[in-house]
Amino acid sequence: MSASLVIRGLRKEYRPGVPVLRDVSLEVGGTGMTAIIGPSGTGKSTLIRCINRLVDPTAGEILFGGQDLARLKGRALREARRRIGMVFQEYNLVERLSVIENLLCGRLGYVPAWRAWLRRFPPQDVARAFDLLDAVGLGEFATRRADALSGGQRQRVGIARAIMQDPELVLADEPTSSLDPKTSVEIMELLARLARERGIPVIVNIHNVELARRFAERIVGMSQGSIVFDGPPGELQENHLLAIYGGQGWLDA
Amino acid sequence: MSAAAARTPFPANWTARLLWSALALYVLYACGILDVSWDRFVRGLDNGGKFLGRMFPPDFSHQKLELLRVGMVESIQIAVLSTAAGIVLSLPLGLLAARNLMPGWVSWMARGTIALCRSFHPVITAILFVKAVGFGALAGVLALVVASMGFISKLFAEAIEEMSLKQVEAVRATGAGFFNVLVMGVFPQVIARFIGFCVYQLDSNLRNSTMVGIVGGGGIGATLFTAYQRFDYDFVLTILLAIIALIMVAEIVSAQLRKAFQ
Repeated sequence: MSASLVIRGLRKEYRPGVPVLRDVSLEVGGTGMTAIIGPSGTGKSTLIRCINRLVDPTAGEILFGGQDLARLKGRALREARRRIGMVFQEYNLVERLSVIENLLCGRLGYVPAWRAWLRRFPPQDVARAFDLLDAVGLGEFATRRADALSGGQRQRVGIARAIMQDPELVLADEPTSSLDPKTSVEIMELLARLARERGIPVIVNIHNVELARRFAERIVGMSQGSIVFDGPPGELQENHLLAIYGGQGWLDA
Repeated sequence: MSAAAARTPFPANWTARLLWSALALYVLYACGILDVSWDRFVRGLDNGGKFLGRMFPPDFSHQKLELLRVGMVESIQIAVLSTAAGIVLSLPLGLLAARNLMPGWVSWMARGTIALCRSFHPVITAILFVKAVGFGALAGVLALVVASMGFISKLFAEAIEEMSLKQVEAVRATGAGFFNVLVMGVFPQVIARFIGFCVYQLDSNLRNSTMVGIVGGGGIGATLFTAYQRFDYDFVLTILLAIIALIMVAEIVSAQLRKAFQ
């Protein structure tokens, strides 16, 4: 399996001399779900955000589709971003726009601003948006305003927006952390299903180790800005969790 | 005395006391030089009575009403034109001034421009424009355009700075260009407030447009000032009634507009 994303020596310092990511290297294959687990503040979000450059890395390279994302600027960066979908912890829908408009936001990398302004999106995009909305089970809600939805519904829209981009990679930053356990499972199922059907690799940051084991084909454990575990869920043992999260008491129950 | 009692919960703030005393002394001094006396008050009442007496009944003669109509129409035109131009110019200026969208040097330059627009009362700007482009409505329009830009773009920039960056971040992550981020990520969040500012500015431009005429900026203000100078107090009352009616109508219209855009 050829790697679609290769990260080499990625380093990020928000304050000089205080690295959040310490020379992380990671290869992600062309399909399947990779879960990144680790305690809060360990750089999982920073890692994911470096990939689509919502955060600018301090050093290192991120090779994707033959380009080093870490060095892109301007138009080249935008064209790289539109090939990478992103799902956010708090959904980050544009609340005053309708659900279908939020989905169509996924096409903004391709649609000039005047068309977006006049809402003259290409008909095939609109048709696809409705299909996707049906696929995530929200067909009825197309013209509702995004702030009228519940958390689980919003995250479905968030996922649909990412898939609208027709991405070659989906990043999900704690997609279930704001949701109840049942909805969390449903959201992970949806993400896994859409990614599988369309053959899109997914990198997901997740707090919940059980969800990670259940849905991911590969688990990457991070601690203090470095990768300390990398393997299939079956290999993740208690001693690994200890290395990732530290402490002892929380494992006994 | 016990240790607890020795601790004062509210220690005396001598700086504050000093400043308050200084303020009190200044108020006394200022009242002293106002030269208010009972005698002057009585004379003033007398003058006021005469003035009011000459205002009644208001002058509704055909010729005066024609003057009134021309003046009012010009005032409304000044208000609408200057608000429209002000809105168009405020949009880019407000965007440039928003510190969360623009690099520092751009927003500081835009903020400087806004501060310049806001530094003078519209009457002062109107005097400048009367000198520049001559008497008439154009000077009034230009003066109010400047005032509108100052007000709308400042509040617009602040509204943008208060919006949620999460939504913008998500739109940016789709690969959207700058204008697409504006159209789908920024505007939906701030457009309702922007319209609110514009409606409010239209409202206050209607008021201001009656005033810029006094310094030669055209509109009903010019008619009013002339009537004052010619001691046509009955016509003055007609004009004042018309202005009050205009402001009331504007109030109702702007309330309706704001409701429509919520």
